[in-house]
Amino acid sequence: MAHISVKVDGTSYQGEVEPRKLLVHWLREDIGRVGTVVGCDTSNCGACTVLLNGRSVKSCSVLAVQADGCEVTTIQGLADGNDWHPVQTAFKECHGLQCGYCTPGMVMAAVDLLSENPTPSESEIREGLEGNLCRCTGYHNIVKSVSYAADLMSAGPAKGAK
Amino acid sequence: MTAAVETDTAIGKPIRRKEDAHLLHGQTNWTDNIQLPGTVHMAILRSPMAHAKITKLDVSGALKQPGVVAAYGAKELGDLNGGVPCVWPVTDDIKMPAFPALAIDKVRQVGDCVAVVLATSVAAAVDALDSIVVSYEQLPAVTDMEAALGSGSALVHDEIETNACYVYKMPCGDYEASRAKADVVVARRFINQRLIPTFMEPRSVVAAPMGMSDEITIWSATQIPHVLRVLLALVTGIPENNLRVVAPDVGGGFGGKLQCYREEILVTNLAKKLGRPVKWTETRSENLVATHHGRDQIQDIEIAATKDGKILGLKVTLLANMGAYLQIITPGVPLLGMFMYPAIYKMDSYDFTCTGVFTNKTPTDAYRGAGRPESTYAIERIVDELAAEIGMEPMELRKKNWIKHEEFPFTTVAGLTYDTGNYEAATEKALAMFDYDGLRAEQAQRRASGDPVQLGIGISTFTEMCGLAPSRTLGALKYVAGGWEHCTVRALPTGKIEVVTGTSPHGQGHETAWSQIASSILGVPVEDIEVIHSDTGRAPYGMDTYGSRSLAVGGQAIKAASERLVEKARVIAAHQLECSASDLEFVNGSFQVKGDPSKSQALGAVAFEAFTAHNLPPGVEPTLQAEATIDPEDFSYPHGTHLAALEVDTETGQVKLRKYVCVDDVGMQVNPMIVEGQVHGGVAQGIAQALFEGAEYDDDGNLLTASLADYLIPSAADLPSFETGSTVTPSTTHPLGTKGVGEAGTIASTPAIINGIVDALRHLGVTDVAMPAAPQTVWRAIQTAKGGAK
Repeated sequence: MAHISVKVDGTSYQGEVEPRKLLVHWLREDIGRVGTVVGCDTSNCGACTVLLNGRSVKSCSVLAVQADGCEVTTIQGLADGNDWHPVQTAFKECHGLQCGYCTPGMVMAAVDLLSENPTPSESEIREGLEGNLCRCTGYHNIVKSVSYAADLMSAGPAKGAK
Repeated sequence: MTAAVETDTAIGKPIRRKEDAHLLHGQTNWTDNIQLPGTVHMAILRSPMAHAKITKLDVSGALKQPGVVAAYGAKELGDLNGGVPCVWPVTDDIKMPAFPALAIDKVRQVGDCVAVVLATSVAAAVDALDSIVVSYEQLPAVTDMEAALGSGSALVHDEIETNACYVYKMPCGDYEASRAKADVVVARRFINQRLIPTFMEPRSVVAAPMGMSDEITIWSATQIPHVLRVLLALVTGIPENNLRVVAPDVGGGFGGKLQCYREEILVTNLAKKLGRPVKWTETRSENLVATHHGRDQIQDIEIAATKDGKILGLKVTLLANMGAYLQIITPGVPLLGMFMYPAIYKMDSYDFTCTGVFTNKTPTDAYRGAGRPESTYAIERIVDELAAEIGMEPMELRKKNWIKHEEFPFTTVAGLTYDTGNYEAATEKALAMFDYDGLRAEQAQRRASGDPVQLGIGISTFTEMCGLAPSRTLGALKYVAGGWEHCTVRALPTGKIEVVTGTSPHGQGHETAWSQIASSILGVPVEDIEVIHSDTGRAPYGMDTYGSRSLAVGGQAIKAASERLVEKARVIAAHQLECSASDLEFVNGSFQVKGDPSKSQALGAVAFEAFTAHNLPPGVEPTLQAEATIDPEDFSYPHGTHLAALEVDTETGQVKLRKYVCVDDVGMQVNPMIVEGQVHGGVAQGIAQALFEGAEYDDDGNLLTASLADYLIPSAADLPSFETGSTVTPSTTHPLGTKGVGEAGTIASTPAIINGIVDALRHLGVTDVAMPAAPQTVWRAIQTAKGGAK
C-alpha cells in the first residue's frame, strides 16, 4: 500500500492505496466522488476525463499514486455546488447531452479544449473531442454546445452564469 | 366530450430539459454508484471458447483466496441456476433450448458464464477467478449460418438435433404471378452485419435483501424495470410482490438493456441465498461479448417490376442469426422487420420467409430499430438497384410507387394499415434543403472530368412501424406480453403534481416531455410537475421503454389520466363554487364559472379541498388523483426522406460524408429540441453501421472486436453536422397525434449512405458495397468491378 495526498474539487484527501489502483477507481470507491464514471477498459471512451493540475486526463490511464501531491478537478467541482460553469450552461442550452453518461468526461474535455483554444472552429472542436465517445447525440449538439460555451466565456463570466 | 380546454400550452416548445442539472453536475445515481454496507462483488469466469465441453470445473481454490465469500459453478449453484427467459416463441414448433445462467457441461459462445466468485471487493473477486480450475474439450464452432443449416454441421444444441430455430413464412398475394407478369426482376443478397449496441454506461446490477420485510430490491441499469420484475419472479421463484426493481439513472440502452440478463438472475438469486447485497458491474470488454448483439441477417431480396418502373411484387428470404441462445425477444426481431419490407410502396404481392439459425456467437436481440433497419436497408437498396436496372432516376421511381398522401389510410400488402403520411411533402422539403439538382449537376461534372473523387447521392425514403404495440396484435404474433402503458396523475395538497409513468427513460428526456403534456392539460407550470418513473415501488404499472413506444403509447396514458383528473376536480370545484359542473370551464389551471370570471378555483385549491375533505360533495372520495391504462389502437408510422452526399476517393476507397439532410415526419412534436436530438443520435448510429461498425468473428468463433479499441464507434471527428427538418402529419390513431422518434434516424440513414456510395461508383460498374464500407472494402469493390485485384 502507498500513502497519497490529493486535493479533489477543493478538498484534501489522504489515504493508503494499492499501487495498482487507477485514479478513477480511487475517486469513485475510496473518496466517493462518483460523478466521474467508467465507460471502458481501454482508455478509448473518455467518460472518466478529469483535470489533473488543470489539464485533462483520462483518469483510467493514471494511477492513483501518480496523482499524489496533485490537484484534481472533476465534474462535481467544476462549479461551486449548484452553480453553473459556462460549459455546463451551454450543454443544457444546446441539448448537448441525452443519457448523460459521457457528459462528465465530455464537459471536462471541453473545458480543457477551450482553455487551450478559446475560439475553436467546428473542425477544431470535433478533433479536440475525438477522445471522448458519445452514443446518444451524434455529437451534433455537443459541437454546438462547445461553440456556444466559447461565446459565453468570451463574453465574460456574467453572461455564463445561470 | 371535451374534457379540458387546452390553454397556454407547453406542448410544442423546445423547453430545456429538467434532467440536465443533475447530469451536468455529476450528481448522478448510476447503478455502479450504489455502495451498500456489506456488499459482496461478483466476478464471472467466462468461456474463452465458442464451443467446448467443460471436462473439469473446480471452484474450491477460489474459496481459499483473501476476501472470497463464495464461489459457484453450475453444479454448486443447483436450483439457483435460473434459465434466461425468451418471451416470443414465434412459431408453434420453434426450438427453444435451455439457457442456464451458468453453463452446464458445455459452453456455446465466447463469454458464456462458467463460474462466479463473490468477494468483499471487486479486485478480490477478479483475482480469485485465477484460482478456479477449468478444462475444456474444444468442439467445432458453428459460425456461418448457411453452413450451420447444412447436413454434417456441428450442432450448437445437440438435444434439438438441428441448428434451425424456426422457419416463419408470411405469403401475401401471389408473388409468383407478379414475377411472371414482370418485365424486370432484380435480385440481390445483402449482408446486414452484426452490431453491438455499445450504450455508454456498462451494465450494472445490485440486489439487496431489505431487512424489514422479505423484499429484495434490485437496482439495474435496465430499460425495463417492470418487465424485468415479472421475469425475475418467474425465473427465480421469488414472489413478485417481494421484488422491487429500480432503474436509477441509466446511461443509454438502444435495445441493449431491453433484456433479462443471466447476470441479473445470478445477482438476484445470490443476494437471497447469501442474505446480503450482491453487486456486479461489467467491464467494457465483457459488455462487448456478453451484452446481446443486434442485426446479423443474410437478406436475399427480389423485386419484380414493369420496365417503366411499377413495382409488382417483392420476395424476401432471410437467414437471421440467433446466436447461441434465445434471449428475451431474439426470435421476434426479424418479424418486426417482416411487416416493413414493402415500406412506403404499393405492390400486389409480397412473400416473406425467415429462418432463425443458431450459431456459436453472442445471442442477438433488439438493437435500435430492431428488424426495421434491416428491412429498410434491403428495400431502399433494392429500389435503387431497380432504378439502375431500368434506367430511371431513383427518386422518380420512388415517387411512382409510393402511397400518395390522399390514399391514406392505406392497407399495405403486408396487411398493416398506415393511418397517415405525406411522403411528397417530406421529400419536397428535403430536396430543397439538400440542393438535389445542384449536387446532381456537380456529380455529372465530376464524372465527365474523370475526377478521382466522385460524388454520390444517397436516398432513403422510409417509414417505420412503432409505438409498440396493440396488445391483441402482439398476442396474434405469439408475443407473451401486452403493449399498453399506464399513468397515474396526482394533484398534491400543496399544488404540485406527480405524474407516475410506466415508461423508463434512459436519455430520452421523459421527465421534461411528460411534464409538458401534463402541463398543457392541467395548466400547471412544467416546473411544478414531477415525473416518477423506473421504480416498481413508486410506479407499479408499466411496460417500459423500447420500440419508440414511450410517447406514442405512454403519452396517451398521460393525456387520458390528466383529463380524468380535471373531470374529478371539476365536480369538487362546482361544489365549492356552488354551481353545476357544466357551468365551469377550465382555463389556465383554474375552474371558472362561465360568464363570471371572478368566481373561480385553481386546481391546487381543489386539491387542497380534496385533501382536507372538509367540504366534499356527497359520494366524492378524498384525495385527487386519476389513472389511465391505455392500449394503443394501432401502431404508428413515422416516415421521412433522408439524403446524403458522399465523396468517394476512387483511388483509396476513402468515403467522406459531405452533407446529410433529413426531413422526418414524426407527427405532433411535444418538444422539438428533444425530437431533433433523437434524430441526430439515430442518424449517427445508422451511419455508423454503414461506415464504421461490425462485430467480427474468426472461424473459431472468437469475437475479434472485443474492446472499444477494436469495435469502432464513431467519434466527433468522424461525423459531420446534420441538417434536420420536419413535416407534421399528425397520427390519427394516437390521440396526441404523435408517432415516435427514437429509432427513425437509425432506420433511415444506413441505406442513404450505402446508396450514396454505390451511386458514386455505379459508372465504374459497382453495384454493391458491403457494410461497414471501410476504405479497403470500397477500394476492393472498385477493383472487382474493374476486373482487377480481388
